[in-house]
Amino acid sequence: MTSTTEQFADLSATTLLRFATAGSVDDGKSTLVGRLLHDSKSVLTDQMEAVEAVSAQRGQDAPDLALLTDGLRAEREQGITIDVAYRYFATARRRFILADTPGHVQYTRNMVTGASTADLAVVLVDARNGVIEQTRRHAAVAALLRVPHVVLAVNKMDLVGYQESVFAAIAEEFTAYASDLGVPEITAIPISALAGDNVVDPSANMDWYGGPTVLEHLETVPVSHDLTACPARFPVQYVIRPQTAEHPDYRGYAGQIASGVLRVGEAVTVLPSGRTSVIEGIDALGESVDIAWAPQSVTVRLKDDIDISRGDLIAPSASAPATTQDVEATVCHVADQPLSVGARVLLKHTTRTVKAIVKEIPSRLTLDDLSQHPNPGQLVANDIGRVVVRTAEPLALDAYADSRRTGSFLLIDPADGTTLAAGMAGESFASKAETTVQADEEGWDF
Amino acid sequence: MTTAAHLHTDSGSDAPYALSHLDALESEAVHIFREVAGEFERPVILFSGGKDSIVMLHLALKAFAPAPVPFTLLHVDTGHNFPEVLEYRDRTVEKHGLRLHVASVQDYIDAGKLRERPDGTRNPLQTLPLTEAIQSLKFDAVFGGGRRDEEKARAKERVFSLRDEFSQWDPRRQRPELWQLYNGRHAPGEHVRVFPLSNWTELDVWQYIAREGIELPEIYFAHEREVFLRNGMWLTAGEWGGAKEGETPETRLIRYRTVGDMSCTGAVDSDAATLDAVIAEIAVSRLTERGATRADDKMSEAAMEDRKREGYF
Repeated sequence: MTSTTEQFADLSATTLLRFATAGSVDDGKSTLVGRLLHDSKSVLTDQMEAVEAVSAQRGQDAPDLALLTDGLRAEREQGITIDVAYRYFATARRRFILADTPGHVQYTRNMVTGASTADLAVVLVDARNGVIEQTRRHAAVAALLRVPHVVLAVNKMDLVGYQESVFAAIAEEFTAYASDLGVPEITAIPISALAGDNVVDPSANMDWYGGPTVLEHLETVPVSHDLTACPARFPVQYVIRPQTAEHPDYRGYAGQIASGVLRVGEAVTVLPSGRTSVIEGIDALGESVDIAWAPQSVTVRLKDDIDISRGDLIAPSASAPATTQDVEATVCHVADQPLSVGARVLLKHTTRTVKAIVKEIPSRLTLDDLSQHPNPGQLVANDIGRVVVRTAEPLALDAYADSRRTGSFLLIDPADGTTLAAGMAGESFASKAETTVQADEEGWDF
Repeated sequence: MTTAAHLHTDSGSDAPYALSHLDALESEAVHIFREVAGEFERPVILFSGGKDSIVMLHLALKAFAPAPVPFTLLHVDTGHNFPEVLEYRDRTVEKHGLRLHVASVQDYIDAGKLRERPDGTRNPLQTLPLTEAIQSLKFDAVFGGGRRDEEKARAKERVFSLRDEFSQWDPRRQRPELWQLYNGRHAPGEHVRVFPLSNWTELDVWQYIAREGIELPEIYFAHEREVFLRNGMWLTAGEWGGAKEGETPETRLIRYRTVGDMSCTGAVDSDAATLDAVIAEIAVSRLTERGATRADDKMSEAAMEDRKREGYF
């Protein structure tokens, strides 16, 4: 009993890895997720019994592990995954939040949703088919969303005789392609999700492979802390003013540190007003601290009593961002209604929502061959394109390449509140390919 | 309230500025509470006296300290609640100077607006009093303690979940939720259900309760109680009813993993009398929280999804 308690007391100090899976319909993604959950002993008896009962009722021989993740009636009826499902599991080394995203082309928006918070993406391919269009799409979305780590899981190795040459060829092709897109780190792992090779346990069938299993890699990959290496950004969420007998003069700015580190005594600038002050105190959920870092939720007090409200950004004066009313970005269109040039929208950036107008849609990306289509006039569901947006008020916007948190935004339909598009400010990962796009239609230029 | 130690990284972590998983979950939940406070007019926290809502209240207290929590509380009272839990509820509300609204299923039955079900369970009957309270008190954001690890339909739930004027959930028409940018826009009459504990597991909740030293109703810890077996669940007799013919009451050492309507919330055999013992028990349990203790989720494969569509949490 004591050892168990100690073991789980330790667990509270472990880190959290958020990752997303992507794969085509028949690549065995559900089997991989099921295997990962099952072999890491994260599927509990009653969940497994429910899956077995339904599978038997349908006349299936073996339990259908997809039923573990397909939670909606419509998904179970159609046997496909419609929406992102979040799964939770833990090992002694780490806790995991898995965004299990649909592989269908028409659900690109869900893949974008899952990838937006992921530290790592697992892209699945069928060893018999190798790198196909869908694989390239997944790599492109991972690159676009700047997921720090990508795992290529070459599945169904049992169906190609566990041959090293098959794996090596696929890994080489994918790595070259994804590196061109700017994916910083790629790890290729040969697996059989069905047989359990290299998912949780090392495979006895592939002596030639010396790398980690999928789970080992998930447990040991460094969680992205580059947030704290960036300049500090503190979007003000809410002003805390108790006005009580005990705290008559307390005035604190509550928020979650989006990037970087804040220190007491630091000179700061408030944007967009440009007023300056010094951090007098930092309250970290009930205790006073000298230093705090992303992504902690804290309350900051300043030396001077200046006008600050929700939507303002506090940043070190030495590295404050510029403000702009002209936003150039790549967007993924996530709504059923189209986004057209001239559309009046709301733009939500950190804690600030402003009116905006779509001035231009210079290009739309064709995901099939990654070519770009100039001036499409509008974007429809699941399109990815470049946009130029003019905002009614200045925004302190970073490039998405520098900060996923302060470089991202939503476009919202003011009429009905629908989230129209997910935006990533600044040049896209592909702009460097601009000069070669004429010669190479697979080049990125949007 | 807390010690400084947990805010700083232990030497085993993989970066100087890493947050432990509990700190990361806490920070995310606080961010969600503050987003709602910043963007909505009339938010309310659903408070049942169960562990998830107790953790929500604790997070809200930390999020706005030293100011009071800027939300009221709402409890849907089935009329079949554990007396210990109601006592805890009222004591907590008083301790923090909060305002509590109670929507009563019994009142609806007495007024003829709801009819008792043949099986005696009142859990499905909560939906109408809940949704009418939301409409009549004009709440525009309603915090629930739902976690995605609880149930497969809940695994599909957004953190901000838009409900129409009939409080209905349409899983196929959910807004994509990207980064930490929550879209709370809604038309008059619509509201948003907000789930700050979406990414927490049952074990996280217990570890957090232990770390923060949060008091819980006694029924969460092992005690001797007279119970009887129905449909594989150990139930406690009360005003709602009791053992029928062929069901024999016996005294057992039990505790509750969830708190809900007494007619459908089962106890588990347990000798876990302390937080450490409960955490050790949960960590090795091979049953989910709901699988072990909730009869109503077993009614059909999509029971939760169907109730959620109608407006249930």
